[in-house]
Amino acid sequence: MTGQEVTKIVGKGVYVAGNDIDTDRIIPARFLKCVTFDELGPALFYDERFDIEGNSKDHVLDKPEHEGAGILISDVNFGCGSSREHAPQALKKFGIKAVIAESFAEIFHGNCTTLGIPCVVMQKQDREKMAALIESDPEAEIIIDVEELQVVCANNSFSISIKPSAREAFITAAYDPLDTLLVAKDKIEETARRLGYSSRGES
Amino acid sequence: MAKNLFQKVWDDHVVGQLDSGQYQIFIALHLIHEVTSPQAFGMLKDKGLPVAYPDRTFATVDHIIPTDDQRRPLADEMAEKMIQVLADATDEHQVEFFAPQSGSQGIVHVVGPELGLTQPGMTICCGDSHTSTHGAFGTIALGIGTSQVRDVLATQTLAMDPLKVRCIKVEGELRPGVGAKDVILHIIRVLGVNGGVGYAYEYAGSTIESMTMEERMTLCNMSIEGGARCGYINPDKTTFDFLKGTERVPSGQGFELLTEKWQSYASDADAIYDDEVVISASDIGPTVTWGITPAQAITIDESTPDPTQMEGLDKSLVDDALKYMQIPANTPIKGTPIDVAFLGSCTNGRLSDFKKVAELIKGMKVSDGVKALAVPGSEKVDVAARELGLNKVFTDAGFEWRKAGCSMCLAMNPDKLIGNEICASSSNRNFVGRQGSPTGRTVLMSPMMVAAAAIKGEIADAREVFGLE
Repeated sequence: MTGQEVTKIVGKGVYVAGNDIDTDRIIPARFLKCVTFDELGPALFYDERFDIEGNSKDHVLDKPEHEGAGILISDVNFGCGSSREHAPQALKKFGIKAVIAESFAEIFHGNCTTLGIPCVVMQKQDREKMAALIESDPEAEIIIDVEELQVVCANNSFSISIKPSAREAFITAAYDPLDTLLVAKDKIEETARRLGYSSRGES
Repeated sequence: MAKNLFQKVWDDHVVGQLDSGQYQIFIALHLIHEVTSPQAFGMLKDKGLPVAYPDRTFATVDHIIPTDDQRRPLADEMAEKMIQVLADATDEHQVEFFAPQSGSQGIVHVVGPELGLTQPGMTICCGDSHTSTHGAFGTIALGIGTSQVRDVLATQTLAMDPLKVRCIKVEGELRPGVGAKDVILHIIRVLGVNGGVGYAYEYAGSTIESMTMEERMTLCNMSIEGGARCGYINPDKTTFDFLKGTERVPSGQGFELLTEKWQSYASDADAIYDDEVVISASDIGPTVTWGITPAQAITIDESTPDPTQMEGLDKSLVDDALKYMQIPANTPIKGTPIDVAFLGSCTNGRLSDFKKVAELIKGMKVSDGVKALAVPGSEKVDVAARELGLNKVFTDAGFEWRKAGCSMCLAMNPDKLIGNEICASSSNRNFVGRQGSPTGRTVLMSPMMVAAAAIKGEIADAREVFGLE
């Protein structure tokens, strides 16, 4: 299911401030009661966005000026906690195409990469500047250049980093690795045999 | 060249390198549960792919299973559907399923080790971040997402970047009333919730070597809370003794041969690490969290932090956490009233956890107004505890003795906090809303400290409550 190349991401930004934003916050566990990922978009950051009665808490994601924002900016250790792919799936279904932060938790990073959502690392002072630019002009267009490792926003340019293997996978459209993994069928069987593990099932 | 365990297991399981630079790694053991895996079977179906190695995947149900009434169909229709989808998929693909009431159902990280499915030198995956638990047996054990569950089902391999290895040496004897849970909470407090990003943690040193397998599992379980993708302990006699006689491990000569192989995976004495940290066991006290990350922890003798002494982001993080927890700043944590006491989870839901607590609470009573739950981590733990009469000790003291499941660790089942209830919990995460109520509050601690809190009705020092000095 190799997708399209992810080389440039263009969209409006929204800054969700905070360190250690965990996947329980991104998608509370009760929304994991499902057998598909289809309905997760509206549940993104649900308890941050709505009170117990379902009234809006006027979260930044729900401010009219940020409607349609595709690039989420946050701080340190974004996506820590549970391995639930429901978190990046909820982001994706909500319309988020890339996340920019100081750092990412690893399982979350891997899950995002497989879905074609770049996890972009940007220095603190640059993120602060970006947040200020977005606040003064929420419509400002942000361009993430995955190949050149650069973000452009309102005539400002910021350098970024992306994990090398993820960057390579994005620009070669190989971020969903399944097809590549399947190719090695014989080598997999050889490894299994060498290690004394049982052999392949019927296929 | 001298190697550490991570390098040995990794090198053994490499199938090849991918164009992206990542490696394709063979997965020796794949565990699945009802929350993150049914979707992966759907993805396989979309691609018309079979499960490549069905006898290397094992399934159970833990997150959504009620711990009181498990009669089918479950009252919660979606929970019932999730079990059914998993049961159908495992049936179709001939994957062994440890269903409720089979005698082997339980929390996936309790079940794997107790059956002997988890063995030294393996690569292990599960769509669950606490897969790190299995590292206690000297494995590379990784939590993965659903698309990766699909990859493992379809190919028995995973695309992955190698990890650096940090050796965390804990040396010396733990003080009375201090256990494995305190050790890992202390490590996370020292190194931070993202200190382990990019690393596998190797836990070593005399303190670790003298731990039982169950204590080692508690330790490795929370590696992920420190940001490490996995954590492990070198296999030794303790490991082999634990596995001897388990259901899925051969006996007799086969076992002797296996132990030789297992032993060979242990880090070489002169192995090189990317980082080393030394911690003195005597510095570790009974530890409890005061905030909303596992690193926001203090010992029971300490006071909560004082944000007025801080600046910038540090200050706002502490302010926000204390506000959420409704715990005052610069105040002793001891004496904070609790509403609920939860003993269970993949961190501390094993037989030894209940045994230890039962010895302490015998003849004591849970404080009025405290709801106390004891939830065995598996059906086997439940049976073993009943045989020892532990369930009776707990119910006599005023605990509810429940059936096996994840229960109140993450509240995808009926066990949930209500409103802003505060829970003394032996689980692993104190995130905002983690235990089922968006305003619920979690204080992480060891089983012994949960018992002390249940008896006193407030966060208490187990050493004082049970005379452990």
